[in-house]
Amino acid sequence: MTAAAPAPTPTPTPSPTSSLLASDAYRRLPRWSTWAFASGSLVVAFLVLLVAGGGLPGVAGVVALGAALFVLSSGVTSRVVEGPRRAADRLATTLVTGAFLLALIPLVSLLLLVVTRGAGAFSWTFLTTDMLGIFGDMSEGGIQHAIVGTLLITAAAAAISVPVGLLTAIYLVEYGRGPLARGITFLVDVMTGIPSIVAGLFAFALFTLLLGPAFRAGIMGAVALALLMTPVVIRSVEEMLRLVPNELREAAYALGVPKWLTIIKVVLRTAVAGIVTGVMLSVARVIGETAPLLLTVGMVTRVNWDLFDGRMATLPVFAYRQYESGGAGIDRAWAAALTLILIVMILNLVARLISRWFAPRGAR
Amino acid sequence: MSKRIDVADLDVYYGDFLAVEGVTMAIEPRQATALIGPSGCGKSTFLRTLNRMHEVIPGARVTGKALMDGQDLYGADVDPVTVRRQIGMVFQRPNPFPTMSIADNVLAGVRLNNRRMPKDAQQDLIEQSLRGANLWNEVKDRLALPGSSLSGGQQQRLCIARAIAVKPQVLLMDEPCSALDPISTLAIEDLIAELKSDYTIVIVTHNMQQAARVSDRTAFFNIAGTGKPGRLIEMDDTATMFSSPREQATEDYISGRFG
Amino acid sequence: MPVTTTPPRGVPDPAPSRADAGAAVRAASTGRVASRVFAGLSTGAGLLILVTLAAVAAFLLIRAWPALSASPEELETVSWFTGGSVAEYVAPLVFGTLLASVLALLLAVPVSIGIALFISHYAPRRLAQGLGYLIDLLAAIPSVVYGLWGALWLIGQLDPVFTWLSSTLGFVPLVADYQAPAKNIMSASVVLAVMILPIITAVSREVFLQTPRLHEEASLALGATRWEMVRQAVLPFGRSGVISASMLGLGRALGETMAVLMVISPGFLFSFFLLRPGQHQTIAANIASKFPESSGLGVSVLIATGLALFVITFVVNLAARWIIARRAEYSGAN
Repeated sequence: MTAAAPAPTPTPTPSPTSSLLASDAYRRLPRWSTWAFASGSLVVAFLVLLVAGGGLPGVAGVVALGAALFVLSSGVTSRVVEGPRRAADRLATTLVTGAFLLALIPLVSLLLLVVTRGAGAFSWTFLTTDMLGIFGDMSEGGIQHAIVGTLLITAAAAAISVPVGLLTAIYLVEYGRGPLARGITFLVDVMTGIPSIVAGLFAFALFTLLLGPAFRAGIMGAVALALLMTPVVIRSVEEMLRLVPNELREAAYALGVPKWLTIIKVVLRTAVAGIVTGVMLSVARVIGETAPLLLTVGMVTRVNWDLFDGRMATLPVFAYRQYESGGAGIDRAWAAALTLILIVMILNLVARLISRWFAPRGAR
Repeated sequence: MSKRIDVADLDVYYGDFLAVEGVTMAIEPRQATALIGPSGCGKSTFLRTLNRMHEVIPGARVTGKALMDGQDLYGADVDPVTVRRQIGMVFQRPNPFPTMSIADNVLAGVRLNNRRMPKDAQQDLIEQSLRGANLWNEVKDRLALPGSSLSGGQQQRLCIARAIAVKPQVLLMDEPCSALDPISTLAIEDLIAELKSDYTIVIVTHNMQQAARVSDRTAFFNIAGTGKPGRLIEMDDTATMFSSPREQATEDYISGRFG
Repeated sequence: MPVTTTPPRGVPDPAPSRADAGAAVRAASTGRVASRVFAGLSTGAGLLILVTLAAVAAFLLIRAWPALSASPEELETVSWFTGGSVAEYVAPLVFGTLLASVLALLLAVPVSIGIALFISHYAPRRLAQGLGYLIDLLAAIPSVVYGLWGALWLIGQLDPVFTWLSSTLGFVPLVADYQAPAKNIMSASVVLAVMILPIITAVSREVFLQTPRLHEEASLALGATRWEMVRQAVLPFGRSGVISASMLGLGRALGETMAVLMVISPGFLFSFFLLRPGQHQTIAANIASKFPESSGLGVSVLIATGLALFVITFVVNLAARWIIARRAEYSGAN
């Protein structure tokens, strides 16, 4: 790169229109200047911190000071060379890009942390043993019971909320008219906003009022999760059903197909990929819910296969309790978090793949 | 097996809005009847009332009489689903089911109604319907491909094959060529000429040449102004309509002075 | 409709002349009963939503009633209870909840708008979708993992920042008196801000993408720079969308439990010392921490505070939906 080549024309030539595009008002900094300023700012920041602090400066400090220097130096230069409007434009671009990079910090640090810290205790044995007889500083033990509990409770929640959500979405798209449909749409919105801990309190209140104050079972957690999951299912299914062109419904009606068969065999069939994707994503959303399970199903040390009797271990609650207990628990908490994230990511991935594979062929 | 339809004093409403007013017409069997008129004159709306497809739109209703071979299509215990099995429909834009193969699209009327049918009867029905729609030779080697893999004109003929596979008495066509190129349009027009020996055909079209080419009788609809209901102005043999219409409005429309 | 003299079953079967396939075609059942059943089922599911929400309110109220109607003496029997009534008990919690959520919102909204603009108007077209997915990933991470991240990593990273803030700007009460470790409301708000970032970004991004192209092009054609175009066309168009997105984010922050529970060192004060530990607590985190050891009246008190949280989030979400609905009316979008 030669610095001289794209240098702005120095002399403002007044009259002829041919030189208008090269006149002062249109002087631009060369493209590479952004990178030059960025790297320069970082180097200066590093040196300043090195001299001021004595000793190698931390990455965070260099980046922070470098960013500030970059905004300052490129801003001032741009203002001098290109004028205030371009300088403002540059500043906005910097800030907007910076916001995006800033958001990557938690994402990257969190994933790195979970993987590195979680890998410590993570192993096949960890996945296939429970916590029976583990106490004190023992580093053994595993999460088999929590995995079983999480899968059972989430499956039960899905078994409740998928049929209800599917049918409600069908009602809203295919049948619903007038004030009742508007009311239900509104209530689904309200339901979306229910805090997860309130869902847990509701499940607790419901079951303890009906079955006695000491009742505890996995199904309580499933009901709480279903309450959180149903509106998400309704929304995503509704969206998918509305994407099915009306022409297909009319084509079926014109063949003498009754409405209910049209809905099942044409509308649902056409939207099935989107519906499955939506359901999987909503499962992924509730599988990591902690607070409602903390209130309702609590924690045990071994596998409980019965959804209707006794407490149950779940991955999120396990991670929280192990974190609270400290010591070797912290490692187990990270490993449980890693397992949970893996499950969520697999669900997300499978959902995306399904939507790609099962999309109607040839349809745009 | 094709039947006549007699309409007497039919009004169509969308909610409180009167869309089509006082239509009385006789649709003869084994003939093609063309409905022409400017946009918004209610000819498509009227067409849809013949197999009760307008009921799909909330608030749409009719008063008056529509009889097929003397039987009221709007009788108190007549299921619209039964009506539609007798009176098939082809739409403006080809709409094959995107999740189904060509063969399954033809069988859609059977399959979607959960009816069982022996394999060889299915094969016969597919071939018979696709031949009936002049499509067999073009697709017989790729029946398992999705229906949406065909060209627009082929898709429209597939939709016609799908409609006649249900063995209707009457075939309604709502501007079946308006989304097609001239060559595909010609293929459909030829097909209509053949189909009318077996079915009663009612076709809505914007193209007056098309009406003149394919139909035996023509009905002209018009509208007095925005917000006013559409009306049937006159109906006669196509040759008469295009040579010596009784009404001035018909002549103006046919000669291209408006619309 | 005029009554006519037709036989009861209106339309006859197809003529028997088509005997070849006629057998199949004539299977005349149109499934009217099945249609009714199906319509009934789906309407029933819709009504179930109605019933469920009523049940949520009813059951919470029933279980909270003992606490709401209890005398101060009875409430004293609950070991951790403070204040003379449930209202007095819940007041500092409401304060803590609102403070944490509003702080989180102040942190998250500017960043979210930046990300949304970056994805909708700055990033290369081909990358935009992938980058959007990256941000959506933040929403997929379970809250307990955010809690671990906040409590075991973020607090350590924030420590030097808070130390510096407190020592240089210590004369401002808001940031005075920082004490390590950073188990204060500010740290909790940072975690909450990260958690509500994806929802605010997603909604804002959608709105920004809906900006009419004509407005944008009109602005660019007048010689505006990209930033001027964004300021003239995109931001005014998206303002109400961003507001409602923020309200949705606020609703989520209000109800978030684990991040606060694991990060904050609780206290029951009306305090604006954001960097001091042991000053604040939120309703949700308080329920989660007290619930496992409570029984009887204690449970009722906690459920009563949960009812308060329900009402607060309900109002916030209502406001958000109202803004969205008003916008939909006049923008013509969707």
